[in-house]
Amino acid sequence: MIAPVNPTLHTTSRNENRPFLKIDQVEKSFKRGKATTHVLRDINLVIERGQYVAVIGHSGCGKSTLLNIVAGLTNVSSGAVLLEDQEVSEPGPDRAVVFQNHSLLPWLTVYENVKLAVDKVFGATKSRAERHDWTIENLSLVHMTHAKDKRPGEISGGMKQRVGIARALAMEPKVLLLDEPFGALDALTRAHLQDSVMEIHARLGNTIIMITHDVDEAVLLSDRIVMMTNGPAATIGEDLRVELPRPRNRLQLVADPTYVRTREAVLKFLYERHKSPSLDTAA
Amino acid sequence: MTAHVRSTDFVETSAGRLPATVAAIPVEVTPKAANDQGDGPVPAAHENTDQPTPRSRFAGLAEKSGEWLANIVPPLLVVLALGLIWEMAFSSPTASLPPPSKIWAEAKDLILDPFFVMGPQDIGLGLRVMTSLQRVAIGFGLAAIVGVLLGALVGQSVWAMRGLDPVFQVLRTVPPLAWLPISLAGFRDANPSAIFVIFITSIWPIIINTAVGIRNIPQDYRNVAAVLRLNQVEFFWRIMIPSAAPYIFTGLRIGIGLSWLAIVAAEMLTGGVGIGFFIWDAWNSSRLPDIVVALFYIGVVGFVLDRLVAFAGQIATRGTAAS
Repeated sequence: MIAPVNPTLHTTSRNENRPFLKIDQVEKSFKRGKATTHVLRDINLVIERGQYVAVIGHSGCGKSTLLNIVAGLTNVSSGAVLLEDQEVSEPGPDRAVVFQNHSLLPWLTVYENVKLAVDKVFGATKSRAERHDWTIENLSLVHMTHAKDKRPGEISGGMKQRVGIARALAMEPKVLLLDEPFGALDALTRAHLQDSVMEIHARLGNTIIMITHDVDEAVLLSDRIVMMTNGPAATIGEDLRVELPRPRNRLQLVADPTYVRTREAVLKFLYERHKSPSLDTAA
Repeated sequence: MTAHVRSTDFVETSAGRLPATVAAIPVEVTPKAANDQGDGPVPAAHENTDQPTPRSRFAGLAEKSGEWLANIVPPLLVVLALGLIWEMAFSSPTASLPPPSKIWAEAKDLILDPFFVMGPQDIGLGLRVMTSLQRVAIGFGLAAIVGVLLGALVGQSVWAMRGLDPVFQVLRTVPPLAWLPISLAGFRDANPSAIFVIFITSIWPIIINTAVGIRNIPQDYRNVAAVLRLNQVEFFWRIMIPSAAPYIFTGLRIGIGLSWLAIVAAEMLTGGVGIGFFIWDAWNSSRLPDIVVALFYIGVVGFVLDRLVAFAGQIATRGTAAS
C-alpha cells in the first residue's frame, strides 16, 4: 500500500503483506482509587520495517507512555502492540530504549555499560572475543572508542547519550525506541548527535520510533511524523509523511520548500489546532 | 554524617592556613573533599585533577605537605594539652584516678609490648584485642551477609517490608547486653553467645540502610535491567548491590562501630581472654592504670575498624559517588 520510504531497504513481498509493528486500538488509563485517568485512547499505527517515525506532542500528552507501551515497560489497558505478529507483553532487547537521561550505570565504564548489554543478548550465540569486537564496533559507530575506559561521570552529556545509543544498537533491536534522546543537550551537541543518528539509520536501516517535542528535529530526522492531540485521553491527531530525499543536510533543507511546508504543517497542528492548554496559564 | 562534617571542617581550616595554595585549585578541592568519606582529601584532590599542569602539580605538592601538617599538628597539640591537664589534676597522692606518669610507671610492660605471653591468662593487650577482633569478625561478617540479604528483601518487596519492618524497628532498640542472658541460655557457651550479641547488635543498621538504598534505586536502572531481561541473580549483583553500595557501606560502618561497643560489654560478662574481660579483671584487682591503657587500645582499634570499612566503601563506591 505504502511504498517503503527508505530507499536503501528492500522489503520482501512476504513482509509487505503483514505489518512489521502494529499498534492496534491501544488504550491506557491509570486507576487511583475510584478515579480513572485516561491517558491514551484509540491509538492505531502501522510502522514498516526501516521506517523512522517521530512522535510529537505537547508535554503531558502521553507520548512517553506510548513509547513505554511499545517498550513493554508499561502495560496497555486495552488493545495490543504486535511486533512481527508477536504480542508485546514485557520489555526485551528486541525493543531497545535510549532513555532521555541516558541511564548509564555509573559504576561501570563506557565499555562495560555496552558490554553488559552485549553479554546479556549474545551470551549464548557469540564467543567472548566476538562479544568484545561487537562492543567495540558499536562504540566506534557512535565515535566513543576513545573514552571506552571512562566512567559516565567523567564524560559530557552528549557523550553519555552516544554511549546510550551504542548500548541500544548493540542489542540489534528490531525497533529502536528513542525517548527524547536529545532533549537534555545543548543545541550544538544536539545537532551533532542528530547527524550521527541519521548516519547510523542510513547505514543500518533500523526501525526507529522517536519521541520529541522539537519540530525541526522531527522533520529533519523522520520519514513520518505522528502528531498527538492534547491529553487527557490523547490520541493521534495527524500522521504526516516527510517526503524529503535522504541523505538529508540540515543546511540545504532550510530553504527546501518541502521542508518548510512540512515544518509549517506540524507547527500549525501544535500551536493552532492543538494549542497546549497549559501554555496559556504558564505564560 | 560525622565524616562529612569532619572533611568539610578540614577544608576550611586548611584554606585558612594556606590561602594561596588552596585558592589555586579551589574547584577541585572542595567537591572532592566533600565526596570523600573523610579519609583525607589530600590524595583525592591530587589524583583526580584532570589537567596535571606543572603549576597545579606544584601547588598540589605544596598543598599536600601543608595539609598533612595541618592535619597532624592540631590533634597532637590537643592531646598534649589534655595530658598536661590530666597530670596536673590527678598528681596529688590522694587522687582517685592515676595521672599519666603513674600509668606509664605501672603499666609500662602493657604499653611497650602488646604481644607478650606470660601464661594462659597473662598475655599482651595486642593478643587480647586479636581475640576480641576474631569474635567481631565472625559476628559482624555474619551480620553483613544476613543484613544485606534481608535488607535487599525488605527493600525490594513491599510485602516483606510491611511484615518485617515493624519487627525490625522494635528489635533494633533492644540494647546489646539485654540479648546476652537469652543468648547464653540458648547457646550454653560464652563464645557463641558473645558472637551472637555482636551479630544482633550490628545487623539492624545494615538491614535498614540496605533497604533504603535498594528502595532508592532509580527507576532508570530498573528499566535498563528490564529491557536487558536481567534475571533476579544478575539484577542483584549487577544493579542492586552497586547502586545501593553507598547506603550499604553506611550501614556497615555504623554496624562495625556498634559491634565493637558490644564486644567489650559482652566480654566483661562472659569472661575469656578478650579485651573486655581484661578491663573487668583489672577493675576487680584494682589495676586502674591497666584499664586506662586498655581503653586507649579499644579506642584506637575502634577508630581503625571504622576507617577500614570507610576505605573499603570508598573503593567499592568510587563509580557511584562520581555521578
